[in-house]
Amino acid sequence: MITAASVLAAEENNPLIPHPYELIVGIFSFAVVLLVVGRILVPRIQQTLNERTDAIEGGLKRAETVQEEAKEALERYQAQLKAGQLEASKLRKKAEDQGAAIIAEMREQAQAEARRIVEAAQAQIEAERQQALASLRSEIGTLSVELAGRVVGESLEDSARQSRVVDRFLEELEGRARSQEQITS
Amino acid sequence: MNALTVLASSGGEEFQAPGPELFNFRPLFDGGPAWLTKPTVFAVFGALVVCVFCWSAFAKPKLVPRGIQNIGEMGYVFVRDQIGKPFLGRDTERWMPLLMSLFFLIWVWNIFAVIPVIQFPIASHIAFPIVLAVAVYFIKVYLGIKNQGPVKYFTNLIPKGLPKPIYILLVPIEYLSTFILAPFTHAVRLFANMFAGHMILAFFSLVGFWFLFEKPTALGFGVGIIGVVMTILMTAFEMFIQFLQAFLFTMLAAMYINSGLHADH
Repeated sequence: MITAASVLAAEENNPLIPHPYELIVGIFSFAVVLLVVGRILVPRIQQTLNERTDAIEGGLKRAETVQEEAKEALERYQAQLKAGQLEASKLRKKAEDQGAAIIAEMREQAQAEARRIVEAAQAQIEAERQQALASLRSEIGTLSVELAGRVVGESLEDSARQSRVVDRFLEELEGRARSQEQITS
Repeated sequence: MNALTVLASSGGEEFQAPGPELFNFRPLFDGGPAWLTKPTVFAVFGALVVCVFCWSAFAKPKLVPRGIQNIGEMGYVFVRDQIGKPFLGRDTERWMPLLMSLFFLIWVWNIFAVIPVIQFPIASHIAFPIVLAVAVYFIKVYLGIKNQGPVKYFTNLIPKGLPKPIYILLVPIEYLSTFILAPFTHAVRLFANMFAGHMILAFFSLVGFWFLFEKPTALGFGVGIIGVVMTILMTAFEMFIQFLQAFLFTMLAAMYINSGLHADH
């Protein structure tokens, strides 16, 4: 039984024809979602995601710079250490050289001094010897003359007398020498 | 529920497959306004679900995400990287509000098809896809005229350097497809998928209900079992289609927006 009303009803329910009130509800729903989600919420999460990217990138960059600085510092310290070691070895070598030089110089000085002392001593000994020789030569003459005079003057009667004369003379000589020593000292 | 109403209307002894009457709704209560029907109520409810979910995820976003913000960000990153970036490139961020709104609203509306008690895909009433497609269409044309110039936009659509006779064919086809077929298929693709999906689910669940409860017979038992199994399988398949159609609709929106922003040829 096909009536106008049923045809109309069927047409009304054609699934390809939109209901006007559903269009309005659809617009309303979409507008609400656009406003709340699109306008308010999406910018928030976008900002947060950007901040997170910044934070991560910043953190990585900071770590990188710190690592670079640490590496630089390490290199600097190693260079300094190397320079220090070099300096120290140089100083040690210099000190050794200087020490050796000083020792050699000292030895030379000491040897020179010793030589000088020896020479001076020898010179003094020689001088004293010369002096002794000179005085001896002058004294021996007079002494011999004096002794001869006495020997001749007293006439050599016996051996006892002779020895007494000689002994006396020698004692005199010794006493003279002692008095001479006392004067010189 | 649908099975019962259909059975009541068929009223006969024979099994009758459900038809387009599945998509007719009376006002929620007798004497209520004609616009206060199940689809309109759940369309608004779907919008609220999207708003509440996004609010709980993105209202106070933290640098280190916790709980529901993680899920929301997964959705955001999916829309941005899988839908926005391939078509909009550097313009993606600017159009994310629209893409997010479209994707989540359509998806939630589609999911309603398999939520117990609701069990109705909102987009199977063509008015809703039309609203979304028309909005995208206006944005596309507005952006085209604004970014490429009122004349240039229309001339840019036609590729240059082809033999003259080809233009006799090409020009009408190009304009027809860009300004009439594109928005039409944009809306109808979503509508038809949801419409068909709902019919399939209703059909198999009705088969199961009819042959196992309404008229249980020895012969019909196997058919009823097949109906139940198919209902379960098709529900899983529908859930995939629901996601796919939300994805496709949003992807096409991104593509159309890009065609407005930059000349294709």
